[in-house]
Amino acid sequence: MAEQHQEARVPTVIADELHIVYKVNGARKGKGSATAALSRIMRRGEERGVREVHAVRGVSFVAYKGEAIGLIGSNGSGKSTLLRAIAGLLPAERGKVYTNGQPSLLGVNAALMNDLTGERNVILGGLAMGMSREQIRERYQEIVDFSGINEKGDFISLPMRTYSSGMAARLRFSIAAAKDHDVLMIDEALATGDRKFQKRSEARIRELRQQAGTVFLVSHNNKSIRDTCERVLWLERGELRMDGPTDEVLKEYEKFTAK
Amino acid sequence: MSESTHDGPVAVSPRPSPDDGLTAAELAAKYGLSVSGARPAIPAYVRQLWNRRHFIVAFSRAKLAAQYSQAKLGQLWQVVTPLLNALVYYLIFGLILNAGRGLPKDVYIPFLVTGVFVFTFTQTSVMSGVRAISGNLGLVRALHFPRASLPISFALQQLQQLLVSMVVLFVVVMVFGSRPSLSWLLIVPALLLQFAFNTGLALIMARAGAHTPDLAQLMPFVTRTWMYASGVMFSIPAMLEGRPGWIADVLQWNPAAVYMDLIRFALIDGYGSENLPPHVWAVALGWAVVILAGGFVYFWKAEERYGRG
Repeated sequence: MAEQHQEARVPTVIADELHIVYKVNGARKGKGSATAALSRIMRRGEERGVREVHAVRGVSFVAYKGEAIGLIGSNGSGKSTLLRAIAGLLPAERGKVYTNGQPSLLGVNAALMNDLTGERNVILGGLAMGMSREQIRERYQEIVDFSGINEKGDFISLPMRTYSSGMAARLRFSIAAAKDHDVLMIDEALATGDRKFQKRSEARIRELRQQAGTVFLVSHNNKSIRDTCERVLWLERGELRMDGPTDEVLKEYEKFTAK
Repeated sequence: MSESTHDGPVAVSPRPSPDDGLTAAELAAKYGLSVSGARPAIPAYVRQLWNRRHFIVAFSRAKLAAQYSQAKLGQLWQVVTPLLNALVYYLIFGLILNAGRGLPKDVYIPFLVTGVFVFTFTQTSVMSGVRAISGNLGLVRALHFPRASLPISFALQQLQQLLVSMVVLFVVVMVFGSRPSLSWLLIVPALLLQFAFNTGLALIMARAGAHTPDLAQLMPFVTRTWMYASGVMFSIPAMLEGRPGWIADVLQWNPAAVYMDLIRFALIDGYGSENLPPHVWAVALGWAVVILAGGFVYFWKAEERYGRG
């Protein structure tokens, strides 16, 4: 399948020896008491109370226009972190990511403001993504209908803290999906919401794929990877364990997880 | 690095391509790819911010509206909170400690209320600046926008809050005998300069707070010390009589005191220019320009690093 694009292999995303390190405050082992904290400060100077999590370790790959790439790996293997780094949302510790234009990350956990109404969140989310007021006004009803928030009454005018977790996730996805994207990354979005919403979002993702140059899809569902992707990156403990055609990689991955 | 040198047992494209042998940087340059999340130059950054102006305004309004959304009295607290503050300071400093010496009573109360409101504007800008990035990491990690939008938006929220307080202030000032006059128009440039100063301060605190969240615990003490040193509840020259003159000069030229004095001078009839330090407008302008420009550059220098945990 990759051969189809052999003629015009234009790279859209290049990752070059990418390392991502999270710094977590207050996660150092040991007692959390004040004296323990004080002695840590005295002893360590620079590293007081900070623990580093090396989430992505030296990943390199090149993604081309027209490719749909699946990202697999067990929980905590660094898939979401890698996507965030490609989107430029997480700074790299070492190495670089080069991208064509501005990649967009479609996640279910795009944070919104819980103390504001759903309506305000739609508007603010759109403005933050760089949409104009007119574009938001045009798409507003579409976003609300797509999210299905108002199916059980007028919930869009209530603060988001009153939403169930499923409702909030649906609204977040709907806002993020409202914009057209160049390089598109989808983080387990297919798992969001009830069956009806899943169907709607799958259709929207297919639409977005046709407009986007390159699509990344993170999923634990091997079937949806097989359906949508021709190439798969397999991450394990932050390292790229395998990169190749979907069938080959998934075969190895299934062998690995069956153990 | 070309795509044929992956880690792992399977290489994607065995077929030779003209791009083989190029390093990642060369390949990126060839196809016009740019580094993801790289910091733009200052002119481009300013342009990006300008494009997000609707977001900045909408965000500040939404935050303002949401601030008291869980309280029964709702938005009324916007007015009541600063009034209660002024009342507490009047009880302690005005009545018990008699800090108002050197000023007649009908000047002291508007003097105190103006001071509290104007200083609160700077104080809350600092405090919300500290949390602008560290308190919105979810937003920073989820969406793309120039990060300076957040501290600027928070400073703008405080400006709107102050405008509500100003209505209360007008009433207080008039109750104590001042009448609206042309000099009231001076509060417009004074508040604009203070807003510029506060925005710069919020930008500085946002970067510092993103790196060291502990500042949120420390800053209340710093701002309180600053408040007591700036003559919010007493007249600096009257209080420091008999001390070396330079102490009063330093205190009076500190930005918080400068902006407070400008607003007092504009609003209160009995508070004449003899209470102001020399060259006060130049000092006000200087602080605003230096802190805003410095804070903006300081914040921008770490633009690509916000969002790391």
